[in-house]
Amino acid sequence: MGIFIGVLEQGLIYSIMALGVYITYKILDFPDLTTDGSFPCGAAVTAVLLTKGVDPYLTTLIAFLAGMLIGALTGVIHVKFKVRDLLSGIIMMTALYSVNLRITGKANVPLFTQKTVFDNAFVNGIFPKSLLPVQTMIIAFIMALIMKLLLDMYLNTKSGFLLRATGNNDTLVTILAKDKGLVKITGLAIANGLIAMGGSVMCQQQRFFDISMGTGTVVIGLASVIMGINVFKNLTFMKATTAVVIGAIIYKACVAIAIAMGLSASDMKLITAVLFLVILVITIDRKKKVKKNA
Amino acid sequence: MLELKHIEKYYNIGTVNEMCLFNDFSFTVDDGQFVSVVGSNGSGKTSMLNLICGSIEPDSGCILIGGEDITRKKDFARHKEIGRVFQNPAMGTCPDMTILENMAIADNKGKSFNLSKGINKKRIDFYKEQLAQLGLGLEDKLDVKVGSLSGGQRQAMALLMATMTPLKFLILDEHTAALDPKTADLIMELTNKIVEEKHLTTIMVTHNLRYAVEYGNRLVMMHQGRVVLDASGEEKSKKDVNDILTLFNEISIECGN
Repeated sequence: MGIFIGVLEQGLIYSIMALGVYITYKILDFPDLTTDGSFPCGAAVTAVLLTKGVDPYLTTLIAFLAGMLIGALTGVIHVKFKVRDLLSGIIMMTALYSVNLRITGKANVPLFTQKTVFDNAFVNGIFPKSLLPVQTMIIAFIMALIMKLLLDMYLNTKSGFLLRATGNNDTLVTILAKDKGLVKITGLAIANGLIAMGGSVMCQQQRFFDISMGTGTVVIGLASVIMGINVFKNLTFMKATTAVVIGAIIYKACVAIAIAMGLSASDMKLITAVLFLVILVITIDRKKKVKKNA
Repeated sequence: MLELKHIEKYYNIGTVNEMCLFNDFSFTVDDGQFVSVVGSNGSGKTSMLNLICGSIEPDSGCILIGGEDITRKKDFARHKEIGRVFQNPAMGTCPDMTILENMAIADNKGKSFNLSKGINKKRIDFYKEQLAQLGLGLEDKLDVKVGSLSGGQRQAMALLMATMTPLKFLILDEHTAALDPKTADLIMELTNKIVEEKHLTTIMVTHNLRYAVEYGNRLVMMHQGRVVLDASGEEKSKKDVNDILTLFNEISIECGN
């Protein structure tokens, strides 16, 4: 039961980040490696603000805004300086490693008694004692749900339509007299906002910041997105964002199973990589089959 | 009125492959004209369209629309008054979005893409009406993704989307070339209908000499960055496909093809 709740908690928190990766990878068709820097940046900002006694909800919002700024910078590097998408992300990811260290001042920041979104007077007052074991999971669920719904709403606005059109066929965006570069910057900003928020919530749940916590985030995000969308692609009534959230949970479950089978926590990144490879190979195979039949 | 004045355009400057495409090239299109442009490959037809739309910049010379100099204007900004349909039917629509969503973004051209709802329900009947005049039954498939339509259906939609909002110019870049003959005829008929209904000033590049002769009120043949034939009004109506073909063969033989 403990493992089950743990998987849901972590999966739901990572799903906020995965929604961001969904925007860059699926909608904008932009392989954004900034993720590995913006996720821990959200956590770094959170660790510092919480130790200073800032309200945890406000902190989460600030982490989101910090992520938006980072995403916009990646966008500017790509669009205005015409650096290739992959390289823009690598530049930002590398720079952010040092920036994150600057923000916190050290490689590890533990949070002992500070209030978090999961543990503060307000939520402790709402939840009865009997629900204490699932309190974190429920709050993570609510946060993931809110972000998913907000993203769904955004994607159905005029601005959201333009974002989808840019990833799909940017020539059309030019014909519609809109600057596709600006749309890309906006999309990257929103995506990295979500990713940094994921890092912020993660930091609050595990109660520490670690400089290396971002390594491999982009792979986890991509694995969640690709798995979620491929598992549920025949269920046309299900929104892609829902599939991504569930994908993140399935992904965390796979990792938990691997660890339960005897692999140690230090093998985590290896598991991450192998799992991602397996997912990629499976999904590529399917595509070929479709082509042969057609 | 559209004016290209003294355009110079070189490709691969400073290399052994340096090539001069336009040397003091000038071209004017009056309001209300429907110009068909023909010419061999490399004659500068598509480059001319790209210059007008801002996809490429001239080395010198200027481009004016209605007297306003747009030579240094960004491509997307120019499209506020220009509509364009490409040879490739995939270029004018979004494959992963539904027919309804595609119509909605095209309808919003020139307005702000803000946080209001992407689809205005009040406009759906108008979209259906517009789609119905294509005669392809698309009005009953509003929730179908455009990517699953055929090339002809997509090109018809692209044409409709490009001409939904008020325009000064319509640019057609070999827009029937990728279609089968029957569908091409259909799209060409449709183009003519839309251009006449909306009195659009149109430049159409085509390899189909019959379309060039049958449609439009001005016929231009280009060769090596120059205009070698320019017939409008009555002069144009006297030309038939054979006249054009003869001239076409003459210039092609000249350059040894």
